[in-house]
Amino acid sequence: MIRFENVHKRYPSGRDALSGVSFEMQAGEMAFLTGPSGAGKSTLLKLIALIERPTRGTVLVHNQNTSRVRRRQIPYFRRRIGIVFQDHKLLNDRTIFDNVALPLVISALRRRDIERRVRAALDQVGLLGREMNSPLTLSAGEQQRVGIARAVASRPDIVIADEPTGNLDPALSLEIMQLFERFNDVGVTMLIATHDLELLDRLDHRRLRIDGGKIAKAATDV
Amino acid sequence: MFRRTSHYFSLHAQNFLGAFGRLLRQPVGSAMTIIVIAIALALPAGLRVLLNNFETLSGSWAGAIDFSVYLTMEVEESRARELAVALERRDDVLQVVFVPRDAALEEFQSYSGFGAALDALDENPLPHALVVRPAGDSREQIEALAADLIELTETELVQVDTAWVERMRSMLLLVARIVDLATVLLALAVVLVIGNTIRLEINNRRTEIEVVKLVGGSDAFIRRPFLYMGLCYGLSGGLLAMLTIVASLFTLTGPVRSLAGLYGSSFELRGLTPEQALLLLGAGAVLGWAGAGVATARHLRAIEPT
Repeated sequence: MIRFENVHKRYPSGRDALSGVSFEMQAGEMAFLTGPSGAGKSTLLKLIALIERPTRGTVLVHNQNTSRVRRRQIPYFRRRIGIVFQDHKLLNDRTIFDNVALPLVISALRRRDIERRVRAALDQVGLLGREMNSPLTLSAGEQQRVGIARAVASRPDIVIADEPTGNLDPALSLEIMQLFERFNDVGVTMLIATHDLELLDRLDHRRLRIDGGKIAKAATDV
Repeated sequence: MFRRTSHYFSLHAQNFLGAFGRLLRQPVGSAMTIIVIAIALALPAGLRVLLNNFETLSGSWAGAIDFSVYLTMEVEESRARELAVALERRDDVLQVVFVPRDAALEEFQSYSGFGAALDALDENPLPHALVVRPAGDSREQIEALAADLIELTETELVQVDTAWVERMRSMLLLVARIVDLATVLLALAVVLVIGNTIRLEINNRRTEIEVVKLVGGSDAFIRRPFLYMGLCYGLSGGLLAMLTIVASLFTLTGPVRSLAGLYGSSFELRGLTPEQALLLLGAGAVLGWAGAGVATARHLRAIEPT
């Protein structure tokens, strides 16, 4: 589902974020991407979502070589990937419903289908009934759940999350991770970047430890 | 197929209404932009309406290109009348009015101020005359007709004065050219004003654009609301320009009527025709869309999520 082959990423500033990363994730797999801040976790996720492109090496997503995805095709490529952000990136001038509906509106779904899917997504994250509120009326944990609902509303088969629990206390963090597990249970491939190792000890999933721009071998097979 | 098409149109209708909604949410800022656009559209359109009126007016002065054919003293009144009828049959003549020498004298006496001097004469010094209104109004046509008429044995003198008509015509042409130029420049101004407004709007909605790109919004999807916003600005500006012109003409109607009355004319100001009004709205819409198109082409690409 996701495959990195000797991927290097050097930013224009000259910083090497990734130097020779290779790994593979099967469909339906769930994995955590760990490592200290600045290790290259975010860069790796950005390469999957085509927010950045590799300097060298090959990134395959959905068996598609991302270097062959032209700029104009990127939107369609991204529609098959759900992205969860640390700062959840909600639009505060719109209702919760409109936030979750955004990817569906983009895909030009019918109003009826959009309503059905938004309700389903909000139901899964436990926020049904709050649709018409502004995201600002929600707590941090609830806002992140809206972000997750938006990421899964269009039913992508890959969801990537960059420090989704970065701003949350341990109890809320665990709740979010369990939510991800539920999506994984229905077959969604999940890759979650986090540096919260304490939290990971309570969850049993594959870990990809990245340090100094490389995947650390030992941590790969947990 | 039908459902898909109607779905497509409903998406566009949503965009259109959404764009209007956004304008309404910032009423003061939008109003200022719309007023600027309206002025820039009303100016050339209004000038054009006035120019059209002036051209109608000069057209109704066709009488001014009438010319007089003075017959020789020997020509009898009956012969002169026959000649008038004969000339009127020509294709290049619209109308011939016979002015008998007695009537001419009478008119001359009452209007020229030489009344007393003329009374001193024993007999009427004036010949019969024909006032010819040419069918064509170009200088060549009139001069050719005059040349023909001077060849007639009955003709003593043909008096033509087309020079001032020519002058007037070239002046109108010059004014029309200036209005054309102003139209182009002001249309450009509308594009720039709307382009700049949309650029600001794009900057204000930077975060939103980034998020939409992250969840897979295509360039077309992101561009659409801004294009519709430009369209709304243009349409509103066009509508306001139209109202401005109608109101201005309305205030001019009274004075123009009394002025025309003083000159014994029944001239009436003509307002915007429905076609012109539509054209004005259409121009506003097209320029708005174009301005937004320029702004989105230049600025949307630069916004990429990081």
